[in-house]
Amino acid sequence: MALQSLDIERRSATTTPSPSVREPMKVAKLIDISKCIGCKACQAACMEWNDVRDSIGICEGVYDNPMDLSADSWTVMRFSEVEPEPGKLEWLIRKDGCMHCADPGCLKACPSPGAIVQYANGIVDFHEGNCIGCGYCITGCPFNVPRLSKKDNKAYKCTLCSDRVAVGMEPACIKSCPTGALLFGSKDDMTRHAEKRITDLKARGFENAGLYDPKGVGGTHVMYVLQHADKPQLYHGLPKDPQISPLVSLWKGMAKPIMGIGLGLVALAGFFHYVTAGPNEANETEEDEKEEQ
Amino acid sequence: MSNRSKLVPRYSASERANHWFVGITFILLALSGLALFHPAFFFLTNLFGGGPWTRILHPFIGVVMFVSFLAMAARLWGHNRITEADRQWRRHLGDILRNRAGHLPEIGKYNIGQKYLFWTLVLAILLLFLSGIVIWQPYFAPSFGIGLVRIAVVVHAFAAFVAIAAILVHIYATIWTTDSVRAMTRGTVTEAWARHHHPGWYKEVSKEAKQA
Ligand code: HEM
Ligand code: SF4
Repeated sequence: MALQSLDIERRSATTTPSPSVREPMKVAKLIDISKCIGCKACQAACMEWNDVRDSIGICEGVYDNPMDLSADSWTVMRFSEVEPEPGKLEWLIRKDGCMHCADPGCLKACPSPGAIVQYANGIVDFHEGNCIGCGYCITGCPFNVPRLSKKDNKAYKCTLCSDRVAVGMEPACIKSCPTGALLFGSKDDMTRHAEKRITDLKARGFENAGLYDPKGVGGTHVMYVLQHADKPQLYHGLPKDPQISPLVSLWKGMAKPIMGIGLGLVALAGFFHYVTAGPNEANETEEDEKEEQ
Repeated sequence: MSNRSKLVPRYSASERANHWFVGITFILLALSGLALFHPAFFFLTNLFGGGPWTRILHPFIGVVMFVSFLAMAARLWGHNRITEADRQWRRHLGDILRNRAGHLPEIGKYNIGQKYLFWTLVLAILLLFLSGIVIWQPYFAPSFGIGLVRIAVVVHAFAAFVAIAAILVHIYATIWTTDSVRAMTRGTVTEAWARHHHPGWYKEVSKEAKQA
C-alpha cells in the first residue's frame, strides 16, 4: 500500500485508464551481486520498515534463513555454491524478491480491480485491501514471488518501499546495505552505473559479467549485476529468459474477449432464432390426423 | 376423439428435485465464476457478498454441484446412448430448426441434440471439477506445480465457457420447444408433445401403461 494516487500506469482488472496526470521518472534498484557479502542487513531492514515478522524457523544447515519468501519475508538471501568452471568454487549470494517487471504477470492475472497497481515510476504494488485471495498473481508471476498469507489470505510481496519512494526516500534495504551492493535511483542512472561495474568485473576476469534486466518481461525495475550473466540459473535458479507464460497470456488475453463475446452471441442467437423461426409446437390436430390414418 | 388433455409422466419428483438442485448450483457457479473471469462481470461479486466471499464460496458450491450432477448423470446415462435413428434425425436438423420437418425417424426419450448436450456437460463438468481442485486456494493449489496450475486455469476457463454455452442452448431449447418446461416443473408432458417430439419414447411408455 502506498501514498501515490495520481501516477498510476495500470491497475489490475481495469479496462479504462488509471489516474496518471503525474509523470515521475522511472526508478530502479540495482543489486550488485559481486559486492554482496550475504550479511542480510537488507532482510532485517525490510522486516523492520514494513513491520512484518516471520515466525522463527529452524536452521536447515545452510545460510538461507528463512528458506523461502513468505507473506512476512518479502526479501530473502539465496546462497548458492557453484562451480562455473570445474574446480573453481564460487559462493553466489542473490537477494531474492519482487523484480517489479515492466510487464507484470501478477497484474495481468489478477481478477480484482485495483488489487495490483503499477505506478508510473515502475513500482508494482499490491493493495491488499482489494485482494480477494485467489492466488492468480502466483500463477501469473514468472519469478515465483507473491505469497498468500496464512493469517488473512491476502497476497504480499516487496513493495519496493513505495511508501518511502513516494516521499523521496530510498527503499529500506538500500539504506541498510554496508557494502554498497544495493543502489537505488533512476533506471537510466542505475543502468549507467551497472555498465561501469561490468567493465570493472570484465577487467577482473569475469568475461561474462553483465546486467540482468530481462526483456521478456519488458525489463525490470530491480536489476542485478551478475558475474556470470550468461548463466543466470547459477544464482539459485534465476530464470534465463523469464516471460509471462503463454498459458497465462492466452487465459488473460484472447480468452477473455472471445469467450465473453461468444457467450453473448449464443444468447443472442437463441433470441433471434425465436423471433424469426418461432416456437417448435407440437401441432395437436396434425398429430390427431396421423393417428386417424 | 383424441384425449389431448391426457398427460404422460416424464420425470419423478426426485428427478426433478435433482435437476433443479444442479441447475441452481450451476447458475451460482456461472455467476461467481464469470465475476472472476472478466472485469466486465466483476460486479457479480456483489451477489455473493463481495470479492473474497465470491472466491471462497465458488469452489464449495462447485463440489456440491459436482456431487449432485453425478447423481443426475447416473440416472440419465443409459438414456443417452446415441442410436442409428438419432443419426438419421440429425440429417434433418436444418429443417427441424426452421420448424419445417416432415417425416422424421422415431426419436426415443432424448434426441441427438439432447444427447450431445448430455455428453458435453459430463465432460465439461468433470474437467471443471478436476481443474477447479488444482487452482483451489489456499487448500490444494500449493501442492501442485506451477506448470499444472497454469494448465488448470486455462482448462477451467475453457470448460466453463463450453458448459455455460451448452446450458444457454439447453435453456433456449426448452423455451423454443413449447410445453417442455412442464416436464421439469410438473413432471408430466402432454400426449401431443410426447408424440410429436419423442414418438419412440411415447410408444414405449404407452405400451407399459397398457400392460400395467
Ligand atoms: C466442479 C467444481 C468446481 C470447482 C471445484 C471450481 C473451483 C474453482 C476455483 C478454485 C476457482 C478460482 C477462484 C476461486 O478460488 O474461487 C474457479 C474459478 C472459476 N470457475 Fe470454477 N469450480 C467448479 C465449477 C465451475 C463451474 C460449473 C463453472 C461454470 C459454470 C465454473 C466457472 C468458473 C469460472 C468462469 C472461473 C473463473 C476462471 C478465470 O478466472 O478464468 N466453475 N473455480
Ligand atoms: S491473490 Fe493476487 S491475483 Fe488474487 S486478488 Fe489478490 S493480488 Fe489479485
